[in-house]
Amino acid sequence: MTGKDLPALNIADLQPLLRRREVSPREVIDVLRARIQDVDGEIDAYLSLDFEAAAKEAEKANVDLPLGGVPIAIKDIISVAGEPCTCASKILHGYRAPYDATVIRKLRAAGAIPFGKTNMDEFAMGSSTENSAMKLTRNPWDLSRVPGGSSGGSAAAVAADEAFGGLGTDTGGSIRQPAALSGVVGLKPTYGRVSRFGVVAFASSLDQVGPLTKTVRDSALIMNAIAGHDPQETTSLNEPVPDYTAGLGRDLRGVRLGLAKEYMIEGTNPQVKAAIDAAVKHLNSLGAEIVDVSLPHTDYATAVYYILATAEASANLARFDGVRYGYRAENPKDLLDHYGRTREEGFGPEVKRRIILGTYVLSSGYYDAYYLRAQKVRELIRQDFAKAFEKVDALISPTSPTPAFKLGERSADPLQMYLADIFTSPANLAGICGISVPCGFAEVDGLRLPIGLQLLGKALDEARILQIAHAYEQSTDWHKARPPIAAAIHKA
Amino acid sequence: MAKTSDLDVAYIARLARLNLTDAETELFQKQLGDVLRYAEKLREVDVSHMEAAAHAVPIFNVFREDAPRDWFTAEQALSNAPHQANGLFIVTKVVE
Repeated sequence: MTGKDLPALNIADLQPLLRRREVSPREVIDVLRARIQDVDGEIDAYLSLDFEAAAKEAEKANVDLPLGGVPIAIKDIISVAGEPCTCASKILHGYRAPYDATVIRKLRAAGAIPFGKTNMDEFAMGSSTENSAMKLTRNPWDLSRVPGGSSGGSAAAVAADEAFGGLGTDTGGSIRQPAALSGVVGLKPTYGRVSRFGVVAFASSLDQVGPLTKTVRDSALIMNAIAGHDPQETTSLNEPVPDYTAGLGRDLRGVRLGLAKEYMIEGTNPQVKAAIDAAVKHLNSLGAEIVDVSLPHTDYATAVYYILATAEASANLARFDGVRYGYRAENPKDLLDHYGRTREEGFGPEVKRRIILGTYVLSSGYYDAYYLRAQKVRELIRQDFAKAFEKVDALISPTSPTPAFKLGERSADPLQMYLADIFTSPANLAGICGISVPCGFAEVDGLRLPIGLQLLGKALDEARILQIAHAYEQSTDWHKARPPIAAAIHKA
Repeated sequence: MAKTSDLDVAYIARLARLNLTDAETELFQKQLGDVLRYAEKLREVDVSHMEAAAHAVPIFNVFREDAPRDWFTAEQALSNAPHQANGLFIVTKVVE
């Protein structure tokens, strides 16, 4: 391994080099910057990169800490003190975060170095990263396709070896779906497991922060650093944090995995279906017992999700009023003009669409019919999962019904884009945890497009789904495959 | 559930303090009409015995000790303000 090839490493393989002083944290930052300069012109994963700050951190990094000297890419919705935090929105152009989010404070305490803010759908609203007001991010496996979203920048950066690992946020699948489409590992923790303090709120009853990584072990390493109670946040769970790496390597004997018949939907790409069927057989051959289960309210999840998420978003985004921070329209003639034009000029089309929908479902005369009813159906969806988890340890499904789609292919039809969340948003509604791990490829137009296997676990059972995902990953070669843009720095 | 033709995007936009162009209003009227028609399937579900769930985790009334601590200075709080003067946010005139 030469210095130039360092970005090909995962976190667990980089750490011994740092600890044996074979490479310094400063060299890692230098090499990573060079790698980003080489390839990010094609991928466009990053919105901003503060090399000076990262280099300074690297000089004093303690490599013996759990993530000592490891740079981590951060979705641009998470506050890093002194850095931009734009949410890929014009309304936050020029904004600089005055403090570190709790997850950043925890990453730093574990020795990690936040390096680079990554692209996303504006305010995390989208499944393709095309709703960024800044730039389009491209899928490293096929530059004509989307990386998924909304954490598409972090997913693409990790896939293209422009980051050793990254943080994203997941409100309806925004970590797991881009992980699947970009061929990396993405974990959405249990609601309340990871603090959102300092993370710009989209839908407060659904949002969670989690890692995007090259391997399941790396996911566990980042979770060890970021999970835990935060007195700054009222929804933070005050529960002990296990060592998420402890169960890795355990076999699958006695593990029961559920297949929900409601997840066998028409419209799932045949190559995705074949890959999941093969993964189920493989997990079975590793000793896991496969059990049929039912999640009868699955068909309602997307409707519930879009009512609740837009309602919460319309309330959360009311704070963007052009007074305390962010964009402000020039020369307003009165206060209504000030608000109306600031928000018209500052927000992009998808954000506006969702503010309108969310305001409508909360408005007088419609609240009971939409918002209240959706909250009740949400509880039914949660109960479906609770019943399923009486019979099984985890549920298996595709992460996304299709592999990565073409840039522009779905942007004209919001409903089609919303249906991309069909397998992921139920976990947010139920507050449970989920992980996407690479499980094969679809061959499309002569190119390989990654497919993700989703494992859902009950609340606070991250260690279990990490263990199962790790057993699957380590007995397959999917995670070793690299996109064409990364092949040059990988030795066969 | 109300009929989706009730959606008046122009009216809702005023409630949301969000100006829209005529083209946006027309486009959203159609697109959100589709989304609301899709959402009508929730009418099939019997929710008569259900309690509404605000979120999936049953924790309520979380308090912390009401103790002073270091936080932003006025300067930090104003650091991102689009208009400011004399340590204050400048707002658009509200009263005549």
